[in-house]
Amino acid sequence: MVGITAFGGYIPRLRLSRKAIVDANSWQNGALKAYAKAERSICNWDEDSLTMAVEAARDCLSDQDRSKIAAVYFASTTFPFDDRQNSGIAAEALNLGADINTLDISASQRAGTSGLIAALKTAAAGGGQVLYLAGEKRRTKAASQQELLYGDGAVALLLGDKDGVAKFIGSHSAATDFVDHYRGHGAEFDYAWEERWIRDEGYNKIVPPVIAALLEKLKLKPADITHFCMPVTLRGVAAATAKKLGIAESAVRENLDGQCGDTGTAHALVMLVHALQDAKPGDKILVASFGQGCDAMLFEATPALAKLGPRVGIKGSLARRRPETNYNKYLSFNDLVTTDKGMRAETDKQTALTTLYRKKGMLTGLLGGRCSKCGTVQFPKSNICVNPNCNAMHTQEDHPFADMPGRVNSYTADQLTYSPDPPAHYGMVQFAEGGRMMVDFTDVDVGKVEVGMQMRMVFRIKEYDAQRGFTKYFWKAAPAAASSKET
Amino acid sequence: MAKGIKDKVAILGMGCSKFGERWDKEADDLMVEAFEEAIKDAGIEKNRIDAAWLATAIEEVHVGKSGVPLAMALRLPYIPVTRVENYCASGSEAFRGAVYAVASGAADIALALGVEKLKDTGYGGLPQRGRGVLNSMFSANASAPGNFAQLAAAYRAKHHVSPADLKQGMAHISVKSHDNGNRNPKAHLQNKITVDTVLNAPLVAEPLGLYDCCGVSDGAACAIVTTPEIARSLGKKDLVTVKALQLAVSNGEEAQHNSWDGTYFATTRIASKRAYQEAGIKNPRDELSLIEVHDCFSITELVTMEDLHISPEGGAIKDVLDGFYDSDGQIPCQIDGGLKCFGHPIGSSGLRMIYEMYLQMHGRAGARQRKQQPRYGLTHNLGGMPHQNVCSISIVGMYEG
Repeated sequence: MVGITAFGGYIPRLRLSRKAIVDANSWQNGALKAYAKAERSICNWDEDSLTMAVEAARDCLSDQDRSKIAAVYFASTTFPFDDRQNSGIAAEALNLGADINTLDISASQRAGTSGLIAALKTAAAGGGQVLYLAGEKRRTKAASQQELLYGDGAVALLLGDKDGVAKFIGSHSAATDFVDHYRGHGAEFDYAWEERWIRDEGYNKIVPPVIAALLEKLKLKPADITHFCMPVTLRGVAAATAKKLGIAESAVRENLDGQCGDTGTAHALVMLVHALQDAKPGDKILVASFGQGCDAMLFEATPALAKLGPRVGIKGSLARRRPETNYNKYLSFNDLVTTDKGMRAETDKQTALTTLYRKKGMLTGLLGGRCSKCGTVQFPKSNICVNPNCNAMHTQEDHPFADMPGRVNSYTADQLTYSPDPPAHYGMVQFAEGGRMMVDFTDVDVGKVEVGMQMRMVFRIKEYDAQRGFTKYFWKAAPAAASSKET
Repeated sequence: MAKGIKDKVAILGMGCSKFGERWDKEADDLMVEAFEEAIKDAGIEKNRIDAAWLATAIEEVHVGKSGVPLAMALRLPYIPVTRVENYCASGSEAFRGAVYAVASGAADIALALGVEKLKDTGYGGLPQRGRGVLNSMFSANASAPGNFAQLAAAYRAKHHVSPADLKQGMAHISVKSHDNGNRNPKAHLQNKITVDTVLNAPLVAEPLGLYDCCGVSDGAACAIVTTPEIARSLGKKDLVTVKALQLAVSNGEEAQHNSWDGTYFATTRIASKRAYQEAGIKNPRDELSLIEVHDCFSITELVTMEDLHISPEGGAIKDVLDGFYDSDGQIPCQIDGGLKCFGHPIGSSGLRMIYEMYLQMHGRAGARQRKQQPRYGLTHNLGGMPHQNVCSISIVGMYEG
């Protein structure tokens, strides 16, 4: 059989209060008040679908052997690049080597599951594991309903040709050009049709027959389903679908609308990972996604699930929340309002692509060096060992820094330098194994940084070259306490 | 050990422009202002100068590259002119070039001039500029105050000093420099302040507030140097000669090797030891008369007192608060106001420090003149950031040959 060998998840820690959104906007649209409850996840200014997917992948691979990975598939409708392979950047960030197949999957809210079906077929064919990523950060108009309903998040699934922790039982799909919403080429925002029509003619008519066909194909009864993951934020739709099909009400999984919102094409898999974190061996998990048709997929948890090591997953990510009530900050992070960034923000941010290519291991993969003569770990890797008692030439081997724990040696909170989220925190982070770097911090709270604090490295946006549409990535240090694992 | 530079070169004349926000002046105006004073002081014709060195640092918003801007501003008669840049220690670098040229015999008389026009950016603070192609792809998004502020974080942790106690020591440094700037008509900032002014100022980069940071200024400073023999032949008495010139440059150990704890300047410790040896100084605390250090930020001055081997490690706060470095203390530091108040037109600063030593030794420092003639004056000109910098130490003194 083919199945999920391991999984990981990532929901950004910032959760924007929906009340804050509604308080700012209900003057112009009173109907928004119906959505004023709970919160949605929002990316920090330096996160996007790619950085979230890399974090989810690191969570997924924390106890896995990366050398068996033969392919990286990445699904999103909000890739940072239209023409530069995003899965390739993820593979580089994860140091998976060049001998790998990479593929980006897009253009529908159903892409997350459709791509997964294709990836499972690839994994079933043997030849290595597939790392399957889905991440989404959708841009929405200020004061829109989407702004309230959408959320940001990512998942990672490691697929193999064995049962793994959840074996793939089967799937069934239907395609129909039902346009509930769309985003045309070059458009910034979604354009959506009336919800009542989407519910009645869309979800209610398109999804149930696909699920019914799958159950029939697999000779399963609706009552066999233990977890029903249907990523829909329209109220009551998932429960009504279950009822119509005869799936137990207790099997309907919460859509996480109140915790993170709808994470787009990743959401079906966000719910799947969330379910896997609750599932017991033998549980049957049905995932039904929607978007110009429907994909229904069935997984069964195996005894190996109980033995899988702890990971952050979706549950851990959701628990790791920092409430945000400053709606203006969200608008500014997403350039939904033109703020005065100051003259210090005007510097040219061009990236030399020649340098980026030469140094991709260092810049994207956070590879440093380790002196094969004296063992000193150092960053960046260089021709001559930095150890003053060694200084050996041409002895350094690649040494991955991304997963080494570090501590703050010195830091500051800088109000002068330009940052989208001042004060800019940065400092010297020293790694226990050796090596150090003066590096930007992220996800820190003002006044909470101190010398000796434990940090972990995270892959983030360094800056965005708006003049040329180029997102520049590097690694930053974030408080390690913020990423505890769920068991 | 090389024989060194001691007493091989004498200062023939010096000049320094008014520092400050010189909105009405171009860089060439400032160069001429400093040069006119120096050439008059030297008492020679311009065509006696055999070679010149120009120091500028932030050329992106300044006069541009090469020695041409100096040659053009002063209409130098087709002599060798070299532009040097070594971060904020560029001024000392120009001085080193001129002094070494004279010491080698390649030039009889040489000129060192530093100039910086910083106030053409449109905003406060140092100009924002590129860090280099690769550096900008991974270096922290750091400002100068943010880099130096980290000394405080590391220093507090190592020496178990509370934030309040450290800030008190830092505040004394700034209050002292403002007192000194008040007696210097060429200083950028001549207002007196109190400890409360410093403590209540808005933060720039934690824990550095506005009054922990030096002035961002326009200005120029210049030195004309020759051999003691030529100086004497020109009728000069009471010569101020160069006793030591040392430069130490970080090689990445602080930035990349875990042997450095972030509380001190490795370069300063090394360069100052070498300079004492070159000058023949055995106990700097007892032998130095006057110091001008690179007080870009109050915390820089504080830890530099230890790195110069004057205050014991961890003991600078006590010395500072005891007034040891005040204008009437045992070793006044920044008697001219320092970078903090005289100002910091980057390329000029190293030469401005030597200018003050020169004035004090000749008894020409006006209201801020030390009563007793200084014997050894040390200047400390630092560029870069604590974990990656260049440190230039010069010692000058009365010629005893």
